[in-house]
Amino acid sequence: MIKMIETKTNNKENITPLVHDDKYVLEVNNLKKYFPIKKGLLGSTSSYVRAVDGISFKIERGTTMGLVGESGCGKTTVGRTILRLTDKTSGQVLFDGKEIFDLSPKELRKLRPKMQIIFQDPYSSLSPRLPIGEIIGEAVREHGIVPENEYDDYIDQIMENCGLQTFHKDRYPHEFSGGQRQRICIARALALNPEFVVCDEPLSALDVSIQAQIINLLMDLQEKYNLTYLFISHDLSVVEHISDTIGVMYLGNLVEYGKKEDIFNNPLHPYTKALFSAIPIPDPNVKMNRIVLEGNLPSPANPPKGCKFHTRCSNCMEICKTQAPEPIEVEPGHTVVCHLYNK
Amino acid sequence: MAEEKATKKSIKKANYLSARESARISRENRKITDELEKKKKRKNVPESEYLTQMRDPSNVLEIDNLHTYFYTDIGVAKAVDGVTFDVPAGKTVGIVGESGCGKSVTSLSIMHLVQRPQGQIVKGEIRFNAGDKVYDIAKMPLEKMNEIRGNKISMIFQEPMTSLNPVFRIGQQVDEVIELHSSDLFRGNAEFEKAQGKDGEAKKARAALIKARTIEMLNLVGIANSEGVYHMYPHELSGGMRQRVMIAMALACEPKVIIADEPTTALDVTIQAQILDILKSLKDKINASIIIITHDLGVIAEIADYVAVMYAGRVVEKGTAKEIFDHPSHPYTIGLMASRPVLRKRVNRLYSIPGKVPNPINMPNYCYFKDRCEMCVEACSGPYPGETALSPTHCVSCYRYAKDDKND
Repeated sequence: MIKMIETKTNNKENITPLVHDDKYVLEVNNLKKYFPIKKGLLGSTSSYVRAVDGISFKIERGTTMGLVGESGCGKTTVGRTILRLTDKTSGQVLFDGKEIFDLSPKELRKLRPKMQIIFQDPYSSLSPRLPIGEIIGEAVREHGIVPENEYDDYIDQIMENCGLQTFHKDRYPHEFSGGQRQRICIARALALNPEFVVCDEPLSALDVSIQAQIINLLMDLQEKYNLTYLFISHDLSVVEHISDTIGVMYLGNLVEYGKKEDIFNNPLHPYTKALFSAIPIPDPNVKMNRIVLEGNLPSPANPPKGCKFHTRCSNCMEICKTQAPEPIEVEPGHTVVCHLYNK
Repeated sequence: MAEEKATKKSIKKANYLSARESARISRENRKITDELEKKKKRKNVPESEYLTQMRDPSNVLEIDNLHTYFYTDIGVAKAVDGVTFDVPAGKTVGIVGESGCGKSVTSLSIMHLVQRPQGQIVKGEIRFNAGDKVYDIAKMPLEKMNEIRGNKISMIFQEPMTSLNPVFRIGQQVDEVIELHSSDLFRGNAEFEKAQGKDGEAKKARAALIKARTIEMLNLVGIANSEGVYHMYPHELSGGMRQRVMIAMALACEPKVIIADEPTTALDVTIQAQILDILKSLKDKINASIIIITHDLGVIAEIADYVAVMYAGRVVEKGTAKEIFDHPSHPYTIGLMASRPVLRKRVNRLYSIPGKVPNPINMPNYCYFKDRCEMCVEACSGPYPGETALSPTHCVSCYRYAKDDKND
């Protein structure tokens, strides 16, 4: 327990505070989120699940950052923490240059419409008791986005922009198909005129042909409103299609981060390479040289020492087992966290 | 505004059923399903009734014009509406399509697992080549089917999380399958013959034999700590491991056909790669045919020899994997391929198929894809198109290719 606190304070000292650059909507610096594991009758904390263990990235205005990784690697926790839907353990999150964890509730409330989230499952993220016009408009009214007399027209317009029929306004979510529900979720997020939207696996519950519609819609809306996305997904081909920059996560850390072209043309980290080679290509003529990762993701409550990936890495060296690698900038804007490039 | 209201009303009317109408439908349905059920539940049916001949003896399974309907209270849903395809021995057949197109119902029909009494196979043949005899599964009575299901044809279900029983240990669950079919599996095994009988000694010997087989199966699917896993509960295993257990269970009785219903959908890409590798290597080891059902074209391209593309309860295109991927011919297949972003192939905008799948209760009488098709020709307003052969193995149901056989 004492040790835990020590490491925490140590980390706090290590942070060099970010200097805000107006180019970026969101800047994340060494963000950590630990969930306590409680044990026993009194619920004393025995250890922590290190869901997010020190990640840093920046997202430029009007671009999309893709966050990929296996399930359980902390992608969703990143998305929730940067919106302050959960509290951080340590680190910095600057939204438009403001540290969101330092804001008072009143200031935070003002900022809320600017940052929105689209959830994974369109079946459970809509209230079954509200007609969809109300689902989309509830927050608009609450935050006073438009004057009272323009409210109805505004909702109609948002629905049209998201490909929904306006006469569906009085219907309830159960009357819609999965693709339409996802459109409702998107409309709900966009009705508040956000600058930044977290898309948390918005496609995984949808059919292939519907996925294409939603991807196109998201990209059209981005162009129209100059939106910034954080696109969380485990589907690499979708991430490649939609993103400008990509971060690859493994067990709460970003192992590789850079521009889409750099990452896809020149993947450096062994995990990124394995992840890319695991995607089946829809062409029977292509024979892949697959790197099959042995075993499963280790538990984030008890991650391996040294480099967290060393237990499954095919290029594991002695140093990997004892010493955690530091981020190395291999080419401008392309960082990798691996001892292989430590020269 | 008035127009809007009128459309609203007509939409409502189309979906509305009065209580009396609904009661009439369910009464009629009951009549039909009762009759079909009675036929299925008969005892001591002579074998001649469901013995048949294969069209091509090298096939292990031939599905011929299969119709599986669901008699629901709002009408008859034609989930599978005339599906025909063959499964050659030792080959992998992939079935692709969107959800609701009848992929899973086709596979459940093969296993006789369609939910009864609403779901019924009403027409068509499923010919299964059991080696010495050829059975028509569609006509088989239930008691006889129990000998085939899990033994000769087995299935890997979509969700490894929900298809294992959480209160039994892994070992017990795999043992159960082997024990049930043990007389068939261990036929000719001297040790097993000795272990027949009801006394404790024999029972123990039998259990040991079964356990040995279970552990052998667990090893086969790449579970390293098989002795340990034997004593574990499902919740102690990860998704990939659970799927391995499901595969081990499906393989336990050396089936001739394995049906894998979306075996990797619930898994991560890296785990998916592991499972696909296992399936590929196992097929050679035990010489079984695999029917793999998925909506992921990448998985199909990787593992399948033959592909059938399904849409709204029918096979719209089938052929070898090479033919389907190199020359997709049906507009639906083309659309499906274009709507998926492919790694390292850049496009500015994805193609999306307009509209949605027709209501299975109220199917149109023309080509089911016509309303969403962007390549319609005049003939498309006619009846549902027949199959046109583009090559001996490549068939497509579309008027764009029907040139010679207009009388079809």
